[in-house]
Amino acid sequence: MASKQPENSLLGPEADSQRTLYPNVTGTSVVALKYKDGILMAADMGGSYGSTLRYKNVERMKAIGKHSLLGASGEISDFQEILRYLDDLILYDNMWDDGNSLGPKEVHNYLTRLMYNRRNKFNPLWNSLVLGGIKNGEKYLGTVSMIGVNFEDDHVATGFGNHLARPILRQEWHENLSFEDGVRLLEKCMRVLLYRDRSAINKLQIAKITEEGMTISQPYSLKTYWEFSAFENPTQGAVGSW
Amino acid sequence: MSKSVIEVPPKGGFSFDLCKRNELLAKKGVNPPSFRKTGTTIVGLIFQDGVILGADTRATEGPIVCDKNCEKIHYMAPNIYCCGAGTAADTEAVTDMVSSQLQLHRYHTGRESRVVTALTLLKRHLFNYQGYVSAALVLGGVDVTGPHLHTIYPHGSTDTLPFATMGSGSLAAMAVFESKYKEGLTRNEGIELVTEAICSGIFNDLGSGSNVDVCVITKGGKEYLRNHLQPNPRTYTSTKGYSFPKKTEVLLTKIIPLKEKVEIIEGGDAMEE
Repeated sequence: MASKQPENSLLGPEADSQRTLYPNVTGTSVVALKYKDGILMAADMGGSYGSTLRYKNVERMKAIGKHSLLGASGEISDFQEILRYLDDLILYDNMWDDGNSLGPKEVHNYLTRLMYNRRNKFNPLWNSLVLGGIKNGEKYLGTVSMIGVNFEDDHVATGFGNHLARPILRQEWHENLSFEDGVRLLEKCMRVLLYRDRSAINKLQIAKITEEGMTISQPYSLKTYWEFSAFENPTQGAVGSW
Repeated sequence: MSKSVIEVPPKGGFSFDLCKRNELLAKKGVNPPSFRKTGTTIVGLIFQDGVILGADTRATEGPIVCDKNCEKIHYMAPNIYCCGAGTAADTEAVTDMVSSQLQLHRYHTGRESRVVTALTLLKRHLFNYQGYVSAALVLGGVDVTGPHLHTIYPHGSTDTLPFATMGSGSLAAMAVFESKYKEGLTRNEGIELVTEAICSGIFNDLGSGSNVDVCVITKGGKEYLRNHLQPNPRTYTSTKGYSFPKKTEVLLTKIIPLKEKVEIIEGGDAMEE
């Protein structure tokens, strides 16, 4: 009696447990921009389990090698898997010991291939990645989505940031932003996201990568303003409505 | 005893396994969530003297722009205007209907209409139709009780807000409002902020585009600034114009005015009812 299905089949109920159908623990938007000395990236530290805010200390930005910075939104476990792949990549590169190191362009290309090939097997890594870095004075900022869409730009955002942060960045970004201006612009975007994205939390980190290396700030929170007089008594003059 | 299952080689691509089950579910009334773009950016904000409403001017039919310069700010009363997003027929019809009801109410009471009246009439109608009247509205006006700004959703819920955005470009416009709104704006600051928010929708949302309409309502009156800003002009127009080569020769030109068939008597008897 031959078996009903060959082993590596994508059909049948067993196959569903072998591929990603939906994300479980997710991170929300990542926003990044190029500034005078390199790249600035911001992400909050929340990991949501469906509609519950389960983890509040998730670092969603990590340094890759000497020249790159990776930020991810989407499934946290897939992000950790990607970090493992990149660890192997960087280690293998270091073992050559030839004075050359993988730059952001190369890492971005590797990630694009990784995401696209997984998508073709109907088993995606459920992330939207932001890859930024600077090597030999050349700044680079790119993004890869879970289906393999990749491009590079002067400012990028994932998830809700696409709808809320990108309009602001398109209007207010310019070449050679100073560090303070860049941070102020990122904070402006993160504040709007905090107000209007339900999975955002008020605990964020800002990471900076320059020729000297990568630094990531301590977690901090943004000031929010709730004292509009219209909020205090919203139905004044419209009694009975809400 | 042969096995009824045929061995199928593994393949990728779309798996049609669930199609039969989806069809059965749809028959029972469980439909997959539908995606509807409203293709608009409409905004409103309260400034120190009243309310400013803003809207883009693009009307879409699926992927096509069917009207490049439509009017989305509808008249409700001399002191109340309403922006509409969603199905154009629904927004037009519902605002027209409530505008007429408000006028009759004004004749009945002898007073200026209040924004809450328009709000209640609209929300009762929309709730009655359980969301099938697809109209998402930003209602603003100034009455004896002061300036008011409300948003009304297709299912009939309402919000009272100092600044509001609706439509597919609402997130892009809200990003501008959330970062730049403050209380006690002057008229010019308010108009500038509204214009900026609508432009953010026009340039960052595919469902919105063309020009910016603005309407300023204060206690003294209203100012409807149609096409206040036109950031999308036609870039290349031929300066030479068009010239068509002459084909058939014109031999004779004769113009005969149409004769009147019916004589109209002015000041005749009024219609008897």
